[in-house]
Amino acid sequence: MNSTLQNVKTITKRELAAYFTSPVAYVFIVIFLLLCGFFTFFVGGFFERGQAALGAPFFNWHPWFYLFLVPAVGMRLWAEERRVGTLELLLTMPITPWQAIAGKFLASWLFLGLALALTFPVVITVNYLGNPDNGVIFAAYVGSWLMAGAYLAISCMTSAMTRAQVVSFILSVVICLFLILCGFDPVIQLLEGVVGARVVEFVASFSFMTHFAGFQKGVLDSRDWIFFLSVIAFCLFATSVILRGHRAG
Amino acid sequence: MISVQNLSKNFGSKKAVDNVSFRVERGEVLGFLGPNGAGKSTTMRMITGFIPPSGGSATVGGHDVVNDPLRAKRLMGYLPENAPAYTDMTVHGFLNFAAEIRGLSGAAQGKAVQRVVEMCFLETVLHQSVETLSKGYRHRTCFAQSIIHDPDVLVLDEPTDGLDPNQKHEVRTLIRKMGEKKAIVFSTHILEEVDAVCTRAIIIDRGRIVANGTPAELRQRSESSGAVTVRVSGLKGAELAQRLRALPAVRQCEVVGDGEQRATVRAYPRTAPRNGEFAALVASSLHGVVIEELHTEEGRLDEVFRKITMPDTQA
Repeated sequence: MNSTLQNVKTITKRELAAYFTSPVAYVFIVIFLLLCGFFTFFVGGFFERGQAALGAPFFNWHPWFYLFLVPAVGMRLWAEERRVGTLELLLTMPITPWQAIAGKFLASWLFLGLALALTFPVVITVNYLGNPDNGVIFAAYVGSWLMAGAYLAISCMTSAMTRAQVVSFILSVVICLFLILCGFDPVIQLLEGVVGARVVEFVASFSFMTHFAGFQKGVLDSRDWIFFLSVIAFCLFATSVILRGHRAG
Repeated sequence: MISVQNLSKNFGSKKAVDNVSFRVERGEVLGFLGPNGAGKSTTMRMITGFIPPSGGSATVGGHDVVNDPLRAKRLMGYLPENAPAYTDMTVHGFLNFAAEIRGLSGAAQGKAVQRVVEMCFLETVLHQSVETLSKGYRHRTCFAQSIIHDPDVLVLDEPTDGLDPNQKHEVRTLIRKMGEKKAIVFSTHILEEVDAVCTRAIIIDRGRIVANGTPAELRQRSESSGAVTVRVSGLKGAELAQRLRALPAVRQCEVVGDGEQRATVRAYPRTAPRNGEFAALVASSLHGVVIEELHTEEGRLDEVFRKITMPDTQA
């Protein structure tokens, strides 16, 4: 057990370092923060609302930011290893494939967590201007990070499918888009006209939107966080199956 | 240390490795020869546990690589083909990562890194990014990674590929030295390497082992093995050949070189000779001729290699 944690830690450390030795990490963080700022204050109309809350102007945009940004973070995870050939090196080290998968996933997830944490000025602003419910804000942050993890796990899976990072990116954007749209209000309204309410509810229950909505209200519903965690677990499991498939030839 | 039994690997309907068995003990350096696509790399990938075999088994230090992969992998160092390394790291960072994942930490880790850096002459590029390294340095970096934990078993896929002659020499010396205490398997296209480094060689063709023996044994299977080459002066090549053909022990005779004043002729014996008796016979038949040079051919590995694997290249 001890050596398992040790191995995961070693890989996580390496992967995190890999993000920060290239400019990609900094570019990503800057873009994410610019988008957050711009959408919160200009498009989201933070000031016009006159409410001390972050749900509508800030967190509402996260599923859409993540749609493009998270696949960009996750696309290199396995595709690059396969292209360069380091996968052979990594998997012949005395570690299990699961340790490698967990280590890599964790590194990227922590990186996304860091980017998310750097949006803290928004929290300071809203606290300076009014008296928001910080519990709700905290819950939404947790939800946002969990949701980012689910996006990331999908990117991780698509990254294992191919040697080309671009292909991985596109595949994961498509899958994530689907998982957003099946709970997006306009789409739900459209569906309601065609199929029954039960079917609509069923489809919507797969959506990131639906499950993120709870967190935004400050509710830590077990169904919501179990949903995100199970998406993560499922996709990482799929990653291990795909990797094993490649090796078996 | 390494034991491979009836190992097979199919890719679709193609048999990449077909029923391969061999053993490598401590103190042995096994050369793995074969044409491109013969299944050398695939066999090595199965031994190192990167790809699962379709049939048969491989054990390293008594641990099955499929059922007990971690124990087997701990004993092993592996240099994959093309020597991949994380391009986003420095050489120092990469070696420290390799040491750490091999379970080394603290002072032991520092010492291990220091040791391989010296062994592989990496001091000058230690803090350079792997991406900017020349092929030779990148190769040695990956090689350093494979010996960082001083493993009992080393699997090296074309360790001298892409190195300049000096570096090749260094790596061969290193392998030979390490081979005294370890079990080493390495693959190569370069036949001279077999002589320079191996205690034993296996030739593999289309997934099967077609020859297995010491370099000397393999050479004996060569066409020219046991033949006597003689250079004389004052005699034409054709005359000399005629005189030698007259001997009952000579199966065949060919003129290798024919000049104004000297000729070189190679005579092949009918039966495999022992203790230079055929050479003595050839010498005694040339009474009154000035012999400048006379020697028995040891046989040539490239001839053996071609003879054994020829049908593949022709097909």
